Amino acid sequence: MSSSAGLADITEHAGGPAPQQVKTARRMSNTLIATFGVVPFFLFSAMFLILPTLFLCIGAFQDQGGQFTLENIYKIFANQFLLDAYLVSIKISVITALGAAVLGFFVAQAIVLGNLPAWLRPTVTTLSGVASNFAGVPLAFAFLATIGPTGLITGWLLSYFGINLRTLGFNVVSFWGVVAAYLYFQIPLMVLIITPALDGLKKEWREAAVTLGATPLDYWRYVGLPVLGPSLIGATVLLFANSFGAIATAYALAGPSLNLITIQLYNQIRGDVLHDENLGFAVALGMILITGASNAAYIYLRERSERWIK
Amino acid sequence: MKTSSVGAWVAVCIGVFYLLMPLMGTVEFSLRMLRGTYSFEAYKILGTGEFQQSFLFSMIIALLTIIVSVLIVVPTVYFVQLRLPKLRPIVEFITLLPLVIPAIVLVFGYLRLYNSSSWLPLTGTAEATNVLLLFAYVALALPYMYRAIDSGMRTVDVRTLTEAAESLGAGLGTILFTVILPNVRSAVLSGAFLTFAIVIGEFTIASLLDRPVFGTYLQNVGAGKPYNASALSVVAFAITWASMGLMQVFGRDRRPKVAH
Repeated sequence: MSSSAGLADITEHAGGPAPQQVKTARRMSNTLIATFGVVPFFLFSAMFLILPTLFLCIGAFQDQGGQFTLENIYKIFANQFLLDAYLVSIKISVITALGAAVLGFFVAQAIVLGNLPAWLRPTVTTLSGVASNFAGVPLAFAFLATIGPTGLITGWLLSYFGINLRTLGFNVVSFWGVVAAYLYFQIPLMVLIITPALDGLKKEWREAAVTLGATPLDYWRYVGLPVLGPSLIGATVLLFANSFGAIATAYALAGPSLNLITIQLYNQIRGDVLHDENLGFAVALGMILITGASNAAYIYLRERSERWIK
Repeated sequence: MKTSSVGAWVAVCIGVFYLLMPLMGTVEFSLRMLRGTYSFEAYKILGTGEFQQSFLFSMIIALLTIIVSVLIVVPTVYFVQLRLPKLRPIVEFITLLPLVIPAIVLVFGYLRLYNSSSWLPLTGTAEATNVLLLFAYVALALPYMYRAIDSGMRTVDVRTLTEAAESLGAGLGTILFTVILPNVRSAVLSGAFLTFAIVIGEFTIASLLDRPVFGTYLQNVGAGKPYNASALSVVAFAITWASMGLMQVFGRDRRPKVAH
């Protein structure tokens, strides 16, 4: 800043007040303008991110009259229905996060290290970009149309393989249908997150391991996976949070009766079904704590993995 | 190496099949409206006023979301990079919040904080609620917009450009919108298309704010007309594809870098 601010001073203020004074004044006004320039951002963040969240968090610790209380938190733990909803949400998130982590890792590993034709990688990455952003109501209908009772795949499985999804107990408008639909955006998200980490595995490490007599399995066991460990766990945790906060897909697929915590919160916002405003705030607080903790874990693990992978 | 290549092919094929399967299934299902024959009958819903109104509404909200996001994010990134580097960690933390706070929690907060009897009754009238919806979408887009524009601006020499423009007598507005913005155009566009893809089918926030967007319309259609719902899902899929495709095309910066 100093060199060119100086240049501007010379051209604009030749023969004016002492240069040093002008420089200081210019710097102060620059900082002032800059501060002014970021005001909209902070104003927006305060009004539409921080205050609404804070309002719920504070409300979670208040009774109807606005007095401090821990009653709402106790009520969650005393409410089997809400506990179940949290549990089902956690279960669905754990299953889709782990499933997507494994499957996504295999796909990413294939396009990065699998000696496949060069065009395949950008193709898979683009497809992953589309699929990871294709969520919500349309995704629900896509799964309904594909593996629903009269869906294309349902029909194929029955006529070519003799597999009847219905008699196997699979129902698309249930827990496992939601899992299948969530995997649709979770797997490609895993591919997108883990590809850069796989790029960071140096060829020399593998060569060195092979020279020392390691089998491919040994290489992954003692070099590859330990190096990728924090990235893999971090990505899984992020997938967990991604699934935990989701609602539209599950709501459109299974309807308001599926006992996910997001769907219960949706019902609560719509019609105060808990008949307790502040208990609703506590439910929201619980969700923020869970997604907040998993995001914090992700950031911590990502920083750890950057030690190896640059 | 031959064997691992086979394994790689298998992994990619299974993955790609999983991602393409629902697309095929939806297209096929949407053509089945007339019994015993394939037809585009279900797509006639695209001609109805209800569809067109909700779709237009979502398009306008999406475009406004992009414009407001750019107006908020570009000056912030610019000033943080140029003059207020100490604010960077705070700004980065804030832009991550929409990924941490689930959308449904955010809209819950809005409904309580800005209800019709509050100091700022943004849910009082339809117009005000549209504004609230717009800001909610700007919040959703913030992590993506910020990261796109921030990484875009790191590749241009903001300082030299600013000083050059200043020495030619340009004011702040001119510098921001005719010097800096064109230089991060590809970054802005890739953020914009991603924002578009996210906003166009959004359901949760719009539903709770009771706004007539494409996502809530689609949900209503799905309740009674499965074939039409499939046809609309195909359209939604096509829009997501188009947005991501355009993001690839425009996001690639083909011009030589200025000011190095």
